Amino acid sequence: MRTMASPIEQLAPTALASSNTLLSVRDLHVHFPRAKSGWFQPPEVVKAVDGVSFDVTRGTTLAIVGESGSGKTTTALAVMRLSPVTSGHIQLGDTDLGALEGEALRQARTRLQIIFQDPFSSLNPRERAGAAVRAPLDLMQVGTPAQRTERVAELFKAVGLRPEQQHLFPHQFSGGQRQRINIARALATNPELVVCDEPVSALDIAIRAQILNLLARLQRELGLTYLFISHDMAVVEHICDDIAVMYLGQIVERGPRKAFFANPLHPYSVALMSAVPTVHGGRKHAAQRIKLSGDPPSPINPPAGCRFAGRCPMAEPACVAELPPLREVVPGHWVRCRRVDIVDGLPRAPLQMPTA
Amino acid sequence: MSTTAPLLQVEDLRVEFKTRRGKALVLNGVDFQIRGGETLCVVGESGCGKSMTALALLRLIPSPPGRISGGRVLFQGEDLVQADEARMHKVRGNRISMIFQEPMTSLNPVFKVGDQIGESLRLHAGLDAAAARARTIEMLQQVGIPAPERRVDEYPHQLSGGMRQRVMIAMALACRPDILIADEPTTALDVTVQAQIFDLLRDLQREKGTAILLITHDMGAVAEMADRVMVMYAGRVIEQGTTEQVLSHPGHPYTQGLIDCLPELGSSLQHERAELAEIRGVVPSIWELGSGCAFRERCPHAMARCAEQVPPMFATGEHGALATGDGTHRAACWLHTQDQMVVA
Repeated sequence: MRTMASPIEQLAPTALASSNTLLSVRDLHVHFPRAKSGWFQPPEVVKAVDGVSFDVTRGTTLAIVGESGSGKTTTALAVMRLSPVTSGHIQLGDTDLGALEGEALRQARTRLQIIFQDPFSSLNPRERAGAAVRAPLDLMQVGTPAQRTERVAELFKAVGLRPEQQHLFPHQFSGGQRQRINIARALATNPELVVCDEPVSALDIAIRAQILNLLARLQRELGLTYLFISHDMAVVEHICDDIAVMYLGQIVERGPRKAFFANPLHPYSVALMSAVPTVHGGRKHAAQRIKLSGDPPSPINPPAGCRFAGRCPMAEPACVAELPPLREVVPGHWVRCRRVDIVDGLPRAPLQMPTA
Repeated sequence: MSTTAPLLQVEDLRVEFKTRRGKALVLNGVDFQIRGGETLCVVGESGCGKSMTALALLRLIPSPPGRISGGRVLFQGEDLVQADEARMHKVRGNRISMIFQEPMTSLNPVFKVGDQIGESLRLHAGLDAAAARARTIEMLQQVGIPAPERRVDEYPHQLSGGMRQRVMIAMALACRPDILIADEPTTALDVTVQAQIFDLLRDLQREKGTAILLITHDMGAVAEMADRVMVMYAGRVIEQGTTEQVLSHPGHPYTQGLIDCLPELGSSLQHERAELAEIRGVVPSIWELGSGCAFRERCPHAMARCAEQVPPMFATGEHGALATGDGTHRAACWLHTQDQMVVA
């Protein structure tokens, strides 16, 4: 099943790609067919990811932000080739990742690894921590067995665990420590790209800071590239270089960190930012918050027009009628909203962050 | 905030668990009170005893191995620790109710949500099936669920996470309780849904005057929701005061750490990104406490004295450590020894 994207989307983002681009995704679609609801009904299709394009520069972090059901995790899984790809192009360095199959794909997996959200269910409770970290090395036949043993000890130190702790089982670690084991496992094969799927959402705030600092340090030291999935704007601001906001399977805004956080353009981005509770804002901030009513619409029959129009406080009839294209309003800053005006060469957001 | 006698007064509450290694004191002398209509936030990391405190109030501690080994929980003057099981049945879900962190696991997947809400109405309010159903629909409406007449007959899996948590809130508030205990009600939810749930709790509190005991680990949530704050660490209360006192002039290094390690939105615009402040290490296990302050291993201000003696509660003032204050802001830290009075 192949959906044609608008020519704007297919052509424009390629201009961003340069030799320094590690991951390049073009017009990615991930659709899941559902059972027919009746004999003569056409089968329904869940459009989890519906035409997503982005680039990640080597050594930087691209954050994908959105609510549950926005398709951010499915995008990450598709990039990892852990989810079927309906159509689209995924390129890692010089390799066309989407075209790889079988053993070639398996070998390519040394280059991309993932850290999952839940540190409890992502480790085998019967496997010692050291064995979990060693598994990718054994599977990929990296080095001699003696070198692997050495590498595991090294990895434990790198993520802030003691090498002797590799003999313990997952239940003997706290949530934060388990996430450190997951990070060590992800780093075992020296990957170029690490996908972090909400790596700190399940952790206590105090531990969250430790893990974010660890990820930042590892990136500096090892030159890692992160695709960081999260729903928390405050966390994302701290870790990302570029940001893409997803809503119902599509990117609604994309830009470099500073430009985005200084001037978020899409009403949904502004609403997501205003939803984060802040220590200094307190109740005043809460009272002024932009309220989004209801839940996102179903990705089975997404609205024909702007997908956010139903919840958008700024929506006008034209928004509902036609899907706005993702357009570049200033170099590098893309937004899918027809209500963003350009005044004196600068984009103006239809909805402003309330000032506390 | 009302100034009447406290609705709930907890004095020197102790909970211990029998384990293979001996008795573990998971709550060690917890004191606090909740007044009618106010929101008290309990803050701390996992394993600090926040949820255990909530469970102890409702006598829901798994027993054995756990038991309340001391102290009193005075609810409108009645000691719930001494109450018999029949009396507790009348209190739970009726006078004091609770919503849990994970809305999927705390709803029964094989019953319709309407039946689950109606159950407490039929049990506590003595309503018949038809009246309970009507009241359930009204409750669903109040918590902001669209088309409640239809939703009442749906199963939990048909609802989104935010909707399920709304159902939990409807269930908890059905009998108009005096106190609602919310144990990290938004941790499993998106920030946008969290904002909706907080708004809902605030609105319902304003309408019904329910006191809320909100358990969280997020200082941002505290700033938004709380009238008063109580910070727990390793089974003890280490600081309490009004939200303004605790957030603006934290008296305990742990509280300061919790505030500092929250990434603040917009911070990268003024200055370049630095490392986030972190509280190093982890909460010690109950067996590693030894004598002295439980936080000393992670504390940037630890002194020799911290290893020897558990600090008592010092009253700190309006403006932190040095003022004599009115005694409402208290912190258990030896930093406050100089000219402080010990209050507990």
